[in-house]
Amino acid sequence: MWSLPRTLRASMDGSVLAKAIPVGIAVAAYGVSYGVLAVAAGLSPLLATLSSLLVLAGGSQFAFVGVLAAGGAPLMGAASGLLLNLRFLAFGVAIARHLPTASLLRRALDGYYVVDEPVALALSGPDRDVVRRFRVTGATVVVAWVSATAVGAYGGALLGDPRTWGLDAAFPAGFLALLAPWLRRRSGQVAAGIGVVVAILLTPFAPPGVPVIAGGIGALVALRFADTSVSVPDDPGGSSLPIEGGRRPHEGSS
Amino acid sequence: MIVLAVIVLAVGTYACKAAGPLFAAGRELSPTMQRLTDLLPAALLAALVATQTLATGSSLVLDARVVGVSVAAVAVWLRAPFAVVVLVGAGATALTRLLGWG
Repeated sequence: MWSLPRTLRASMDGSVLAKAIPVGIAVAAYGVSYGVLAVAAGLSPLLATLSSLLVLAGGSQFAFVGVLAAGGAPLMGAASGLLLNLRFLAFGVAIARHLPTASLLRRALDGYYVVDEPVALALSGPDRDVVRRFRVTGATVVVAWVSATAVGAYGGALLGDPRTWGLDAAFPAGFLALLAPWLRRRSGQVAAGIGVVVAILLTPFAPPGVPVIAGGIGALVALRFADTSVSVPDDPGGSSLPIEGGRRPHEGSS
Repeated sequence: MIVLAVIVLAVGTYACKAAGPLFAAGRELSPTMQRLTDLLPAALLAALVATQTLATGSSLVLDARVVGVSVAAVAVWLRAPFAVVVLVGAGATALTRLLGWG
């Protein structure tokens, strides 16, 4: 048993952790398949596990081992992975204004946590807990992603092809769930809808990674649309509107 | 060579991730930029869902993932908890493959 990071222990009251743990389970499902595929692509189990700890960005790691498995040069694989990760520049800015400016070391660790799940979960709830949601989810993702990679890398032979278990669909399904709060607002629907269309249209023509970044255009177009909630069947009043874009008060520290 | 590539990927990724927290922490943005940073994750997450569901390398492919993610979408619509969404998504994909498609 490892000792839990401080942010995790501090959140044992449950509410934040209750949201982070299901995310960790989904990340773990994907991590197992990464471990299996990385070893199949020629990484040693140790290097596969280390890559998850050092990179901590699932999509780019899949792109990396995908290029290796197809016989491409390792540095080409790294380049296509990096292209996918350019979106984290935007995610980093999105979360940055909520982060305390305190210590450089703390911000350096916060930077390590800037991946899809912690940022999405942090920004899709009330303002007062943004930093805590971000850090707790970040720590959860690290533990889940790295340990699941090890399981897949060292035990993959027992599992067989991860696609048999549908593990390749775990990531898009999880991202869809993370996207849900935005889909209950008109502006979020526009951003997401255009992001999907642009990404699909570009996929045959642009190198992997570019379609996703180009999908960010959706956010620019959505600026013209109101942040009003769109009623859904069991939420007639739109009472759960999670984000009030543009009107969030500044939050200096958690 | 693979080790070097992993290091390049790790260092470059960290640079992308940490640029915001290191250089823009606590900084107040204009209202338009605030809305943009609020909406960007939606557009990028949606684009990721699309490519991870439909793309295999540079080709668009309809396979069992489409079934799984569609079932997951219904679960999201019904406000199922996160873990349930992921489980039914993976489960429906696995079941579709078991039945011989994709």
